[in-house]
Amino acid sequence: MKLSLGPLLYYWPKQNVEDFYQQALNSEADVIYLGETVCSKRRELKTRDWISLAKELNNQGKEIVLSSMALLEAPSEVKVLKQLCENGELSVEANDVGAIQLLSELKVPFVCGPAINCYNASVLKIFVNKGMQRWVMPVELSRDWLAKIVSDCEDSGFRSQFEIEVFAHGFMPLAYSARCFTARSENKAKDDCELCCIKYPQGRPTTTQEDQQVFILNGIQTQSGYCYNLINDLPSMQGLVNVVRLSPSDTQAFTILKQYRDALSVGIDPVKLATKECNGFWHQIAGLQTQG
Amino acid sequence: MELLCPAGSLPALKTAIDCGADAVYIGLKDDTNARHFAGLNFNDKKLVKGAQYVHDHNKHLHVAINTFAHPGGEKRWKNAVDKCVDLGANAAIIADIATLDYAANKYPDLELHLSVQASATNTAAIDFYQQNFNVKRVVLPRVLSIQQVKQLSRNTDMPLEVFAFGSLCIMAEGRCYLSSYFTGESPNTVGACSPAKYVRWRETDKGLESRLNDILIDRYQADEKAGYPTLCKGKFNVDNNLYHALEEPTSLNTLSMLPELVKANICSVKIEGRQRSPAYVEQITKVWRAAIDSYKANPDQYQVKDEWDSVLANVSEGSQTTLGAYHRKWQ
Repeated sequence: MKLSLGPLLYYWPKQNVEDFYQQALNSEADVIYLGETVCSKRRELKTRDWISLAKELNNQGKEIVLSSMALLEAPSEVKVLKQLCENGELSVEANDVGAIQLLSELKVPFVCGPAINCYNASVLKIFVNKGMQRWVMPVELSRDWLAKIVSDCEDSGFRSQFEIEVFAHGFMPLAYSARCFTARSENKAKDDCELCCIKYPQGRPTTTQEDQQVFILNGIQTQSGYCYNLINDLPSMQGLVNVVRLSPSDTQAFTILKQYRDALSVGIDPVKLATKECNGFWHQIAGLQTQG
Repeated sequence: MELLCPAGSLPALKTAIDCGADAVYIGLKDDTNARHFAGLNFNDKKLVKGAQYVHDHNKHLHVAINTFAHPGGEKRWKNAVDKCVDLGANAAIIADIATLDYAANKYPDLELHLSVQASATNTAAIDFYQQNFNVKRVVLPRVLSIQQVKQLSRNTDMPLEVFAFGSLCIMAEGRCYLSSYFTGESPNTVGACSPAKYVRWRETDKGLESRLNDILIDRYQADEKAGYPTLCKGKFNVDNNLYHALEEPTSLNTLSMLPELVKANICSVKIEGRQRSPAYVEQITKVWRAAIDSYKANPDQYQVKDEWDSVLANVSEGSQTTLGAYHRKWQ
C-alpha cells in the first residue's frame, strides 16, 4: 500500500505552504496532493502558483496530483478549474463532477476525490471509462461497503483498472456550504471576510455545551471535531485498498506518515486512540465513535 | 413557472393538487428516497391511486429516487425507476449516476431531473449530466446566491428548478456527512438526516435538552421555543462564544424574490416538506399559488402580501424565515 498526503485544507501564508511541501518531498508520502480545495478567495497562492509549485515538486520521486475545489459556484471558479485541468503535465483530483466533465473532455487522467458522490461499482465503471485512475472513497463509507464494491468491480472485470484510496487520518471534510462559518464566527459577512481563516491554521474547534468537540470550522467547510485515525485498521485494508491518505493539519503530518509507514512495513501493536480521535465510519458506526 | 409541491402521503397529494399545485413530487416506501421516514411515502396501492389523481386533474407527477444505490442493493433503485415508468410519472428525480445511467438507457423517453442531492452547481457539472444521461432539468442546491443562479441560467440552456420554501438545508445537498458522523446514518446512505430514532428530549436543571445520539444539540429555557434537533441548527461554542455556529432554526422563504426567479428563467419553484402534514401542504400551496397568479396577472405590481407572510411564518421552523444563500449577506 502507498501513502498519500492529502491536500492542505486550511489557509496558510504562502511561505509556510512552500516550506511544508519542501518537507513533504522528504517525507514517507508516495503521493502528494496539493491545491486549494475549499475557497476561491484564498489567494496566498494563486492558481498559477499552485501549478508551478506542483510542477517544481514533480519528478522528484513522488507522484504529484493537483486537487481541485469541491464547491464551484461562479463562472470564475470554473475558469480556474479549467486552468488546473489544462496544466499539461499532472493528473488532477476531481472534487466536483464538473471537473470530471472537463478532464474527460481533455482526456486527462484523474483521481475521483472524496467530495464526489460515488457509492457503487456502476458509477466507478462509468468514471473509469472517462479516465479515472484512482478513487478516493467518500469518508462516510465503511470497510463492509467498500468490500462489496470491490467484489462487484472484480465480478465485472475492471477492478485492476483503477486504484482505491481511503482517507485514513486527519480531520474529515464533512460538509460544504455557501456560508463561511469562519467569517460567521467573527461576525463577518462572507463578502467582507478579510480572509480571516488565515488566523486559524488548523481551523476553529467547535464544541457542544458539554465541551464535546464536534466540528472544526474551516471556511465554507465543516470538518469532523475528532481526528480520524485508522492506524489500527491497516491490516483490514489489505487486498482492498491501494493508497492510504493522511490529511495534514501541520508538520506533525510527517511524523504520522512515518508511523503509518512503520505500521505498514513491520506492523505495530494496536495503538490506543486518543480521546479526540475516532474511527467509526470504517466500522459502519457513527463517524465520531471509536471501535476497538 | 411551475409550482411543485411535496406529497408524503395520499391526502397530502390530493390537497396539493386541490390547492393549485402544477406538479407534485413523491417517494416510494423505501430507502430510495431522501425522506425515508416511518409512516411516510407511497406503497404500490397508494402509488397507483396518487398517479391516477394527479393525471385525472391534468397535473404532473415527479418521483424522487434521490439517494445513492447501495452495493448489492441496486435492484431497489432500478425497481424504483421501473415503477416510475409503470405509473406514467412525468419525471424521475434522480441523484445517483448509476441510477441515471440505468434510467437513461432503459427508458430513453422517461424525463430525468437531476436531484438536488447530486449537487450540480456549475455549467461543467450540468454538461456532464446532460451529455451522459440526457437530463432535462436540474434542481439547484441551496448554496447559490440569486446572482449566481442568474449567471448559471444565462450560461446554460438547461431548465433550472430551485427551492422556494421550506426547511433550509445550509450545506451543499448530497455532500453532507454530518448526520452520519453523529449517528451513522445520512441522507445519502439511509435517506434521512438527523433521524428521529436518535432524538432524545430531557428536562434538566439547565433547561430542556435535545440530543441526537446522546450528543447535546441545544438547551432551551422555559420561554424558548424548542425545535427538532437537526444537528446543523444546534447551539455550539466557538472559543467560548455560544451561538448557532452553523445556522439558526429557520426556514427558507423566497416569496419576495419571485419576480427575480421568473426573470432568471427558473422553470419551477419547489416547496420542501414531504415529511410535513397535509395541513402544511394546504397552506403553503395556497399562498404560493396566489403569489404566482398575482405576479402573472400584474408583474410590475407584484408585492408580497402580509397575510401570505404570516401564513408562511406559522409553518416555518422557529417561526422564522430567511432568503438563505440567495441573499449574499446570509453567506
